[in-house]
Amino acid sequence: MQQNIETTEKPELVIETRNLNIFYNDFRAVSNVNMSVKRHRITAIIGPSGCGKTTLLRSFNRMNELVPGSHAEGEVIFDGQNLYDPMVDPVEVRYRIGMVFQIANPFPKSIYENIAWGARIHGYRGRMDGLVESCLRQAALWDEVKDKLNQSGLALSGGQQQRLCIARALAVQPEVILMDEPASALDPIATLKIEELIQELKKNYTIVIVTHNMQQAARVSDYTAMMMLSDAQRAGTVIEYNETNIIFTRPQDKRTEDYVTGRFG
Amino acid sequence: MKFSTPGSTQESELKAGLSDYNLDILSRKRAGLIWRLIFQASTIVGIIALMILILNIINSAYGYTALKAKVDPDTLAVEGVPLEEQNHGQLVAVLQSHISGPAYKKLDNEKPFSERSEADVRALVIARVVRLQVEKTWNLWDSLSKSGEINTEVARDYPDAELRFTSWLNSDFINRPQTSEPVTAGIRTAIYGSLWTILFTVLVAFPIGVGAAIYLEEYATDTWINRLIQTNINNLAGVPSIVYGILGLAIFVRALEPLTSGQIFGIVDPTTANGRTVLSAGLTLGILVLPLIIINAQEAIRAVPVSLRRASYGIGATKWQTTWSHVLPNSIPGILTGTILAISRAIGETAPLVVVGASTAISFDPASPFSKFTTLPIQIYQWTSRPQDEFRALAAAAILVLLMLLLTLNAAAILLRNRYSGRF
Ligand SMILES: Nc1ncnc2c1ncn2[C@@H]1O[C@H](COP(=O)(O)OP(=O)(O)OP(=O)(O)O)[C@@H](O)[C@H]1O
Ligand SMILES: [Mg+2]
Repeated sequence: MQQNIETTEKPELVIETRNLNIFYNDFRAVSNVNMSVKRHRITAIIGPSGCGKTTLLRSFNRMNELVPGSHAEGEVIFDGQNLYDPMVDPVEVRYRIGMVFQIANPFPKSIYENIAWGARIHGYRGRMDGLVESCLRQAALWDEVKDKLNQSGLALSGGQQQRLCIARALAVQPEVILMDEPASALDPIATLKIEELIQELKKNYTIVIVTHNMQQAARVSDYTAMMMLSDAQRAGTVIEYNETNIIFTRPQDKRTEDYVTGRFG
Repeated sequence: MKFSTPGSTQESELKAGLSDYNLDILSRKRAGLIWRLIFQASTIVGIIALMILILNIINSAYGYTALKAKVDPDTLAVEGVPLEEQNHGQLVAVLQSHISGPAYKKLDNEKPFSERSEADVRALVIARVVRLQVEKTWNLWDSLSKSGEINTEVARDYPDAELRFTSWLNSDFINRPQTSEPVTAGIRTAIYGSLWTILFTVLVAFPIGVGAAIYLEEYATDTWINRLIQTNINNLAGVPSIVYGILGLAIFVRALEPLTSGQIFGIVDPTTANGRTVLSAGLTLGILVLPLIIINAQEAIRAVPVSLRRASYGIGATKWQTTWSHVLPNSIPGILTGTILAISRAIGETAPLVVVGASTAISFDPASPFSKFTTLPIQIYQWTSRPQDEFRALAAAAILVLLMLLLTLNAAAILLRNRYSGRF
């Protein structure tokens, strides 16, 4: 697994979707998505509520499968392989593509265990104390919790819990981290902390982030995918995908322009 | 942001005005108060019913007894040592000199005197030599309120009897084996029988039940066969317990006799009665409580929040790693609650054990899974069906012991549960 930063001019593709459709039973939630995620870049997914952002994000590491009745059609290419190929093991996919959820969900275990557990189940044999510290440092949480590593992860504040979840995701050294509105429940200062953190993580990881916050998308992301319900099918789709500054300054689609300038609704 | 789509003309009709609300907080509160009183009343009714039950049992378990001895115990003193203080050897000597040779031989053959405890031998002396007999018993209420009348009645009707205030529940009662004489009867045999049975019940039902619950909740897909299994389990919880007794008789006592009697392990227990053993009883009760444990464990597993599972899967945990490290630890309190219920049910079961073949009269403690057995409820059942009052007093005392045993086992399970749920 590549951990060193590549300094190529044109960033290499990590994830690419081809005609991706996602269903909940018969209901098509996401239709015909073609987009890509580039290595060591931050890709934002924006769009109105209910347009399928979470659904699309979860399809990148096959977390959708945990929802009974959901299935995907089309391809998600990761590392040259279709994730939905029957030969692919979802456990390995989720090991290489980690996830941080919309609502912080630490394990009801100690702060230390929250991070150590993931490493342990993947057979980590190095120094656990060092790993825990480095993950907590990367997640900008170390100074706040270093004296109470044996306390429950649930005894932290909401923002701290979310950073703990990020640290937990880092502990298994994924290549890609999917973040579903990681700052949606946080105040501006905590949000800023998470944003700085994401910028920092970009050096070592590829990040896909769903956000409702236009400024946030503009501030942190390199690429942006704009999702919207397509009128014909009432299913969400990516209507525009481009570099973030283009999406926010010269969008091609009228709907994107309305949305990012706040005139949508 | 506007909520309605353009062209919805009924917008004004949909909008509610202030006059549409009837903010009668007082009457809402009054309704709440009425419900609260109803719930309080039902709680009080329950507590009163429970107290009446316990008072009734206590009322029978204590009280005056008129006792008559065939042989005056004072005449049995050896070198001035009264019966109560004699040691094992002296007691055996007293027994030997007062009963016939063949009767003594027979007792020695059943279990050599050297292996019997001092308390057992003393009980034998009282039963076979002193032969205390109960002339009449009075319950606690009468004993307290009419002690004068009772005294005169005894003096008049039973001149050679001694009036004693008896606590039928005493340490001798708990320590003595079963006998046919009410004065010397004990329930040690039944207590051990119950404990052995429960041990096997839990050993069988807990792992199988939790395993089945994990399978049904975590692994089973929604196919018709799994749904059929689920429906069956739910219905099995309501099958009358006697049916399980018949099942246990057919399977464990008859079909699996070599196993349940210990033959295939080369064990020949002289008391074994064709598979009617502790093991058969435990297995039968295990099957009986299995649906209870499965359903409760499923409930507990289902209550584990989906976000926790997602967190685990999200870092690449396998299903088993998720189940073992997150689902089970978080459902253990619920699973143990189900187990408490199951133990409570199993320890009070009588009918299936009668069918499986609990012994009516054994005086030896079960010593292995392949021993004959009796249990507390069986013992209670037998005593309550005897016509004499003194047996009813014994039954009441045994019920108190059963309740205490139940409370002890449940307290242990609750402590265990609190230890797990209190971790974070
Ligand atoms: N578990 C589910 N079962 C059935 N339908 C679902 C499920 N989850 C989401 N949907 C539907 O799929 C569509 C997209 O939902 P999704 O959660 O992806 O939206 P979203 O863009 O993340 O919204 P938000 O910004 O509010 O989080 C919605 O219409 C929703 O009702
Ligand atoms: Mg969402």
